[in-house]
Amino acid sequence: MILPEKKQTDIVLSVQGLGVQYATAQGPVHAVSDVSFDVYKNEVFGIAGESGCGKSTLIRSLMRLLPDSSTMTASGLQYKGRDLLTMDDETFRKQVQWQEISLVPQSAMNSFNPVYRVGDQVIESMLAHRKMGKKEAAERAAELFDVVGLETGLLRSYPHEFSGGMRQRAMIAMSLSLDPGLIVMDEPTTGLDVLVQERILRRIREIRAEMESAIVLITHDIAVIAEMSDRIGIMYGGQMVEQATAIDLFESPYHPYTLGLNNAFPSIKDIGGDLISIPGSPPTLIGPLNYCPFYERCPFSIDECAHQVPMPKTVGNEHEIRCFRSGDAVDLRRLAKEKTTWRS
Amino acid sequence: MFVNKIGSAMRIIQRGFGEHYGIINANGLSRWGFRIIMVFVLVAIFAPWIAPNDPWEMMYDVNGKFASLRSPSWEFPAGTTHLGYDLFSQLVLATRTTLIIGFVSGLVSIVVGANVGLIAGYYGGKVDEVCMRLTDILYGMPFLPFIIVLIALFGRKLEFVILAIALIIWRTSARVIRAQTIAIKQRQFITAAKARGCSDFRIIYQHILPNVLPLLLLYAAFNIAWSIITEASVSFLGFGDGETVSWGGMLYELWLSGKTRVAWWWFATPSVCIILLVTSLVFVSRAYEEVANPRLRKR
Repeated sequence: MILPEKKQTDIVLSVQGLGVQYATAQGPVHAVSDVSFDVYKNEVFGIAGESGCGKSTLIRSLMRLLPDSSTMTASGLQYKGRDLLTMDDETFRKQVQWQEISLVPQSAMNSFNPVYRVGDQVIESMLAHRKMGKKEAAERAAELFDVVGLETGLLRSYPHEFSGGMRQRAMIAMSLSLDPGLIVMDEPTTGLDVLVQERILRRIREIRAEMESAIVLITHDIAVIAEMSDRIGIMYGGQMVEQATAIDLFESPYHPYTLGLNNAFPSIKDIGGDLISIPGSPPTLIGPLNYCPFYERCPFSIDECAHQVPMPKTVGNEHEIRCFRSGDAVDLRRLAKEKTTWRS
Repeated sequence: MFVNKIGSAMRIIQRGFGEHYGIINANGLSRWGFRIIMVFVLVAIFAPWIAPNDPWEMMYDVNGKFASLRSPSWEFPAGTTHLGYDLFSQLVLATRTTLIIGFVSGLVSIVVGANVGLIAGYYGGKVDEVCMRLTDILYGMPFLPFIIVLIALFGRKLEFVILAIALIIWRTSARVIRAQTIAIKQRQFITAAKARGCSDFRIIYQHILPNVLPLLLLYAAFNIAWSIITEASVSFLGFGDGETVSWGGMLYELWLSGKTRVAWWWFATPSVCIILLVTSLVFVSRAYEEVANPRLRKR
């Protein structure tokens, strides 16, 4: 998809230097550190990364759903020009949450209260924020069910009468209820079979074409993100290690982790070729973060990687990476294709 | 015929409380328990019309003889006391007192207990600490002596008896509801409700409360049963409201009269009423226990 020229005024969500620490007995865990990104109007921003890379913590911090044991720091956080950092919880809850930023939570399947009808919960989510008649809300709920491809009669069903995919779609319907400017979808297709997954993704694409909302899509499924996103951020060890348009990210990746991910992902052009996995496991992130989180697993690491955090560097149009070896990208890309490189 | 009437009455209730009727009706014991409770409730409502005599009127039999310590007969279905009071009338009127005390203090205690449990469980931290230490202190109180002291302080009035019982009995429900609240607040749909921007009030009362409801009703039934027993004990010890008749109070009068070994009907009738009502309540609560704890269900 070719995007029109981006304007500063089109920024829906702007995150600068966001960090989240969890206090544990072993010391603070840097679940997210120094993440910056912008989300523009009417685009899908994908965030990909393996389990434990901080994706969910990142969006929890945006939605103010972090547990008490965590602390969030950021140098800037704006939604459509409004400063979210200084906004108190009550104002945030009443004016921003759900009305402006809605969330399709991880495992949306369990996100309905089992004792209420699904329709009533969709209606409740509207009435809680906006002064509108119950009838009006019910009509809107029926409309939304139509949008996500569920029969309106199902509004009167209880959550346990729904299949996983239906609940997921109902959750998406709910997230659309107040025409929010930003919809955050945390793994919207996890745990669903590919057919249902495809149907849901198609719906999301259709919805996006109809509405102005920006979508932040979080998943560990590279295929989903490649298909859906305009721009992609790759997260590793709590940092956003590479950020680029979807095309750039797959055609000219820079970061060794992205290179490794591309290898681990089956290509339709290269049938029969072995997949190459990245050896090792992600860092624990306990203690001071003064190293590149990927250096232990990185086949291209140099001395600097172990003692210093690489700072974000712009390498192209909207392409930003965190790697000391960004200058050697051409060589790295060639070496990364070879299986022997990744053997530890 | 009487049973049929109860059946049709239950069908009316069924319309209003369909789901609860289903829960109670699914279990034979609780079905009978519920019927017995309904009989007591009807007796309590129509007590002044059912009772043939004034509870504190000296009775004379058809022959004009003073009816002192008569065993049950057609004339005096539950016998009479040594002062010639009609025990049947006393029993009927006492049903009203007992049910008022039982239900009011049972309900007050469950409302207090549920709120303390929900708030302590949901907020956690200091709020939890304060609420739960308070219940711990109440657990440290000896049950009956504490109530007797309260009544001695405030006076032997029906309201104070109710208040004293309610004040102490909520402790168990608070603990149980708190535990259940903590379990439920970690479920995904509560996080989803938070993400939706629901207020704490809405989350507690609209999302958590309905999920603890079966447990709540179970403890409501327990609390009512306990209140009735406590009221009987307190009255038996002579701390009941002297102005009204109650089952425990009747036993107290018997004790005072010193006729325990002679007048078997005098202690049998109130005792059977207490046992019947409390057992019925426990049977009904049993049905809710099966909802709250499906492992008890028969397969």
